[in-house]
Parts: sequence; structure tokens; C-alpha cells
Amino acid sequence: MSAAAETPVLRIGLVGSPNAGKTTLFNALTGLRARIGNYPGVTVERREGALQLGDRSLRVIDLPGTYSLDAIAEDERVVTRVLDGDFEDAPDALVLVADACSLPRSLLLIAQVLRRQQPCCLALTMIDELEARHGHLDVARLEAALGIPVIPVIGHRGRGLDRLRRQLEHPEEWSRPPVQPPESAPERAAWADSILAHTLQRPPDPHRASEVLDRILLHPVLGSVIFAAVMVTFFQLIFAWAAPAMEALSGAAATLAQAIHTNLAPGLWADFLADGLVAGVGSVLVFVPQIALLFGLLYLLEDLGYMARAAFVVDRLLGRIGLEGRSFVALLSSYACAVPGIMATRGIPSPRDRLVTILVAPLMTCSARLPVYILLVSAFVPDEPVLGPLRLQGLVMLGLYLLGATSALAVAALLTRTLLPGEGLPFTMELPSYRVPTLKLWASQVWGSLSAFLRRAGTIILAVSIVLWFLLAFPRTPPEPDWTPAENSAFALENSYAGRLGHAIEPAIAPLGFDWKIGVGLIASLAAREVIVSTLAQIYAASGESGELGDALRGDIDPRTGDRVFTPATVASLLVFFVFALQCASTLAVMRRETNSWRWPAFAFGYLLALAYTASFATYRLVLAFGGAT
Amino acid sequence: MKTNFNFEDGDSRPCLADLEPGQRAIVEAVRAPGALGRRLQDLGFVPGTPVSLLRRAPLGDPGVFALRGMQICLRRSETRQIRVRLEAGGPS
Repeated sequence: MSAAAETPVLRIGLVGSPNAGKTTLFNALTGLRARIGNYPGVTVERREGALQLGDRSLRVIDLPGTYSLDAIAEDERVVTRVLDGDFEDAPDALVLVADACSLPRSLLLIAQVLRRQQPCCLALTMIDELEARHGHLDVARLEAALGIPVIPVIGHRGRGLDRLRRQLEHPEEWSRPPVQPPESAPERAAWADSILAHTLQRPPDPHRASEVLDRILLHPVLGSVIFAAVMVTFFQLIFAWAAPAMEALSGAAATLAQAIHTNLAPGLWADFLADGLVAGVGSVLVFVPQIALLFGLLYLLEDLGYMARAAFVVDRLLGRIGLEGRSFVALLSSYACAVPGIMATRGIPSPRDRLVTILVAPLMTCSARLPVYILLVSAFVPDEPVLGPLRLQGLVMLGLYLLGATSALAVAALLTRTLLPGEGLPFTMELPSYRVPTLKLWASQVWGSLSAFLRRAGTIILAVSIVLWFLLAFPRTPPEPDWTPAENSAFALENSYAGRLGHAIEPAIAPLGFDWKIGVGLIASLAAREVIVSTLAQIYAASGESGELGDALRGDIDPRTGDRVFTPATVASLLVFFVFALQCASTLAVMRRETNSWRWPAFAFGYLLALAYTASFATYRLVLAFGGAT
Repeated sequence: MKTNFNFEDGDSRPCLADLEPGQRAIVEAVRAPGALGRRLQDLGFVPGTPVSLLRRAPLGDPGVFALRGMQICLRRSETRQIRVRLEAGGPS
């Protein structure tokens, strides 16, 4: 037996305030082998990495950043609970991480941690920046004053890491503070000031670049213009840049499915492989470009230091509906797709604000609604000029986008005032100095988020796609040789479980002006909204091209009444239904992953369905009442 | 200069919300009870600490304050809870 197996694994917790360089140090110590999970019962992400030092095995736990051990937010509470040994045994030793340039602030947290009398050492980051800003800190004196080992490190350059590693091998030998720091905040501040008085011989100059950049980026007029420009570019990039890659991926999935159908004998196995498995995997992979791009840009703006400024600029607007500046990016991203939008809520520290943002994100008009809107608007709304260059079709599209956005804001305002009143978490946000991020840190953050999506949400999306395939493909009906393939597939679909479900729910959706065919489309669109287009195409035995399908929809006559199925009232009602309803398995899966429970996806699905039903019913009745029956 | 009266307790002494951009002050007391008060103190808003308002957001709120070597954004509602002694001379 090796020595490593005999000595127990040493568990080291990294404690520090946000922006102290904790994540960079964590990556430098553990490489890119972090295990990302969740703390039981809470939504906070848990990051752990392994480290082998000689014959000692270590596990490094990257605790959430916090300004105080007197926790007010969920992720801060996790820090105290880990230190208390609430989830598993308390860490054997703690590495305090503090930025040398902001010691006056960090010492307030250090004092709280030292009072716990757990073995501690201090990793002092950004000492190079302190020197560049002409500050001078006497590390030996700081070590003597605190009574614990102090190791200057520069995480991304690897400087000081060897010394830190050597210290980590023997935490039992670390010196302990001779006297405990005081407890009350004013006394802690006085304690910190007295330590600073004889260790920080020269405080760093202000960060010049940050001063200059803030004068521009936070300027009352220029700052707002730049904010708008950054957000428009951000949105444009995740919307437009991701599109070719997404189309290529879904194209590849379609080609592969086609190849399976051509090369395998027709039957259940080929259908499952092509339409179930390949289509299902494709529906997961199709999100990858967008999520990678979103997180790439998000972490870039975050690491540069702009994200906090953006939240600062826009905070007041969101404050009116009970949210805060950091919700903005998530809501904006949801215009492309609610899946990355919901994942972007991780930057919001208040659990209440984060939850409300997650719950209203599906109301932002995502790109999956676009094919549905285009189909219905181009087939049923006349393309006539309204005012100058404005045409009716464009105005209707704009109206649908606005309806989604205003509803999201209204629901958020309602939720923060009624169901989820605030715990009074104060809005406190630090503006960090601007920094040029390192490629390594950035890449590891993007990869971490992407792999978490694939593992946690991807599996659920895949499972749901396969279940829906089953409902649409069973029971099997033998093809009639006299019919065209299109007629055969239309017949098979009507007699499938999904087809029967469509008939079964017809009484429930009839008040909205929907018949069973729309019902099947709605069921199929639970996988993803745009699926209703291909499902309707299948039912009408038409090609998926919107023009041809549009003609088929316009010409559909109800055999019982002799009236058209798609009356203006029905079309308006269906459009409104798509504005509100949460028909998207991927969004539900990501909500489940981000809130760590099925409760909130169920709530979101329920309230959005109720909203969709009510609004569609009202729209249908109103249009009928104002003579739109024909 | 306009003063934000705190009507709840009738306290009309200056608070952090009264600062003009560029103006400096010394923290005298944190009035907020409970978690908010404790958090503000944990961030360093304790009596005797110098603080200055660097700028306000384009829409007028929140503001960025310099305190203990960091820049922190606080909304007006929170800064009304911090009583200060304004430094003479007004905005520099």
C-alpha cells in the first residue's frame, strides 16, 4: 500500500471576497480538473479540485466569494455552512485569498475568519499590481501582525505557487494568531487600520486606467450610449453569430437522419435512430454554439470589469420592477434563447431576484418563436403599407415582441410585490478595477458552464425528445400502398398517441379557436416551439416551406361547419398563445438545473399556460366580437 | 443643497444620500436595523470612516462610493441609512 492511501485526504477551503482572485488561484492549484456540482438543497454551485503533493492528496474547495461571514445571501450562507461542517466535515485548513490592493477591505473578512480558530494561511494576490501602482506592503510584518503564514502569489503567472503548495502539505504546522481579532464591526475596522498602519507603508495609487475608463464608460450621456451599443452588439452576436453554426448543426443532424433512412431497412429501428435519437442529440447540440458564445462574451465582459458597470448603468430601470441591474443581461440573452438566458442569471447574487428573472425569462421572444410567427403572419396578415415604410406584417411582429417584453416586466413586478416579496437584500455591488483577462481563466469558465449544460440539461432534453418521438410514432400504422408518402405520414400522425391526445384535448382548446390539428402541433411543440411548423406540415401533408404550408392552412375547411379553420380570430389567438406558453423542454430542463428542483419549472409552466390560455381566449373572443369571424 | 429628510424618525441630519458627486464625508452612524445595517458595517461603513461619492449612474441612481480602498455601488434607499458628517468645502 502506498503512503498516499494511508494518510487521509486533506481538505482545503479557499475563502475570499469576490474579485480577490480566488478562481484564478483555484485553477492554478488544481489545473482544469474541477468537479462542478451543487451543495445539497441549495442552488449554489460547488467547485472542487484535486491536488497531489508528494505523498499527500488534497482536495481544494473553491467557496463562493463573500464580503462577510454574517451571511445575507444564499451563496454566502454556503460559506459559513461549509466552515461549520454542515454538509460534510469542516475543511482541515483554510486558505484566505485577498487582493493586495484592497487589503483595507479584505482585512474585515480576514478578521471574521481568524476568529473561528481554524488553521489558516493567507494567499496575497495581485502583489504585482500593488507594486505597479507604487504601493508598498511589508509582507513579513503582515505575517507577524496576523500570526498566520502569508504567501504572495500571482496565480496566472504561477509565481509563489510552489511556496503555497509546500505550506499546504503541512497545515498542522501553521502558526496561529496569538490574539483573536475583535468581533464588532467598528472594532474590526480599527484592528484592520492598526495592522495597515505598520504594514502598508505606501497605499497603491488609484488605478489610472480604471479612472479614465470610468470617466468615459460611466459618463451620464456617453455611458448610456456605450451601454446600449455594447448590449446591442452582445445581442446581435449571440443572435446572428450563433445562427450559422446552429443551422449547420441541425443541417448535419437532418443529413445524418436522412442517411440512416436511406441506408437502413425501413422500420422501427431506422425511425428510432433517425427521428428519435439523432434528432434528440441534435436538439441538445444545437444549443452549444449559442451557449458557448453567450458565456464567452459574458465572462469576457465580466473579467474585463464591464459587467458591473453595465449593471450600475441600468440598475434604476430594473429597480422599478423589484429587480436589479444584473438581471438585465439575462433578460436580454433570453431574446435569443431562454436557455442561455437562464444560465446567465448566475451573476445575480440575490436568490429572489435570480428566481424572478428565471421565471420571466421565457416571456422574452426567443428565436424559436420566430418560425411560428413568420408562418402565421406571412400567411394571414396582409402585407399592406400602414404608415410610410411601416407595413402591417412588420408591425404585427413588433407587437408580438413588445407584448412578450412588457408581460415579462409586468410579471416580474407582480412576483416581487406578491408571491416573492424581497428579503430586503441590499443592493451592494463592487466596481472592480478593469483588467485584461487571461485566456486560461476565460476558457476554463466557458468550458465549465458548457459542460455543466451538456451533463445536467442535455440529458433531460434528450430524454424528452425521445419520449415525444415515441408519442408521435406509435402506435405504428402500416402504410397504404395506394397513398402518397405524405398522405401516409399524415394518417399515421393522426392515429399516433400524440394525434389521439390532440383529439382528446380538443374540447379544452376549442374555446381558444383551436382544432385537434393545432392540438397535435401544440403537443409536439413541447419539445421546442418551432416543431409545430414541421408537425403542421406533416399533418397537412405539405412541405415544411412556410409558403406552401401557409396556403394549406388558409385553405383548410372544417368538414363539420364548412367554415375555415384558420379564421383571423384563431390565428390571433394562436399567436398570443405562443407569446406566453412555455412550450420548451430545454427551458424547463435548464430551470430545473439552475433552481435545483422541479418546483420552479412546474410553477413557470403552470403560470405561463394559465396566462396563455386566458390571453388566447380573450383574444379569440375579442376578434370574433369585432367581426373577424371570416 | 437639498437634504433628504428621513420622515420615519424625523431625523434631518445629513446622510450619505445627500452627497454631491466629488464630495467627501465621515461616517457617523448606520441607522438601518438588522441584516442591512450589519452588512453595511461589514463593508466598512463604521463610524469615523472617510467616504466619498465618485459619481451617480446616468439615471441618477445608484451612486459609486469610494471607501476603504474600494468602489461600491449603493442605491439611495441604502445610503439614507448612513448618517454622515459632511466635509466642509462642498464638491471639490
